[in-house]
Amino acid sequence: MKFGVVVFPGSNCDEDMVYVLRDKLKQETVKLWHKDTDLQGCDALVLPGGFSYGDYLRSGAIARFSPIMEKVNEHAAKGGFLLGVCNGFQILCEAGLLPGALLHNSHRKFVCKNVYIKTGTNETALTRDVRPEKALKIPIAHGEGRYYADEKTITALKKNNQIIFSYCNENAESAEEANPNGSLENIAGVCNAAKNVFGMMPHPERAADAELFNEDGLLLFHSLIANWGKN
Amino acid sequence: MKFIAEIDVMPLKALLDPQGKAVTGSMKNLNLSEIGNVRIGKHISLEIEAASKETAHSKVDEACKKLLCNPIMEFYEFKLHETK
Repeated sequence: MKFGVVVFPGSNCDEDMVYVLRDKLKQETVKLWHKDTDLQGCDALVLPGGFSYGDYLRSGAIARFSPIMEKVNEHAAKGGFLLGVCNGFQILCEAGLLPGALLHNSHRKFVCKNVYIKTGTNETALTRDVRPEKALKIPIAHGEGRYYADEKTITALKKNNQIIFSYCNENAESAEEANPNGSLENIAGVCNAAKNVFGMMPHPERAADAELFNEDGLLLFHSLIANWGKN
Repeated sequence: MKFIAEIDVMPLKALLDPQGKAVTGSMKNLNLSEIGNVRIGKHISLEIEAASKETAHSKVDEACKKLLCNPIMEFYEFKLHETK
């Protein structure tokens, strides 16, 4: 797959994402500047974490109007793979490419630590090879990660198997104390109904190198590369 | 004609407002425990050129809907007045 990592002013996880995709996974990877309007033939786009536009107004609110977002929208509408991590997830929600919104953490603190998540569906390329009973240890780093959507949206997400990740304890059991930010239904990540647009608060690119003693994030990338384009 | 819009964007009433909750808590420390349910939003002011107040109103409304307010988590209201 050819990956494009979109860099906005204020993105700060783009280098980590490029390193994992290019150096660890040996995938062709380019950086795309937010003012670009050419996606350079990428099959997959990633919006990385950070603080695009300084989180002014609301996280992700201004980035969604960057020139490249028109092409990102077209890419998504054509069924292309699109993943937003952390701030990237916030941008995708603001852009209406994913349902819901990310609110201030209920306890008001910025949280930077390893958490456990489990996958809620094997229907997507990103999660197909990840066992639902496995707790993935993946770090989070956010102040605004409390997933919220109205009841109707949550019901639809459940019905269509769009909740791709939820917070859990190390035994992959759902537990209130394992929820780091007050997200509804312990939601850590969702996808769109067509299952080609994904958003998650945890950072898989920060858990993808043996030198960091944690490679659980690689499971997602391996699953994606092995399964994308297959039905 | 030139107008100034004074816009308030507030968290939806049904949602927990962690900032407001923290400030409510600190009122107790100030011996102002009569004060409760503090909610914190944003106040935005902007200037707009328009041929009429109605046009200005609809443009500000569009700005609120498209950018200034996210209806999933917030609501807005604004006042518009003419200026020189």
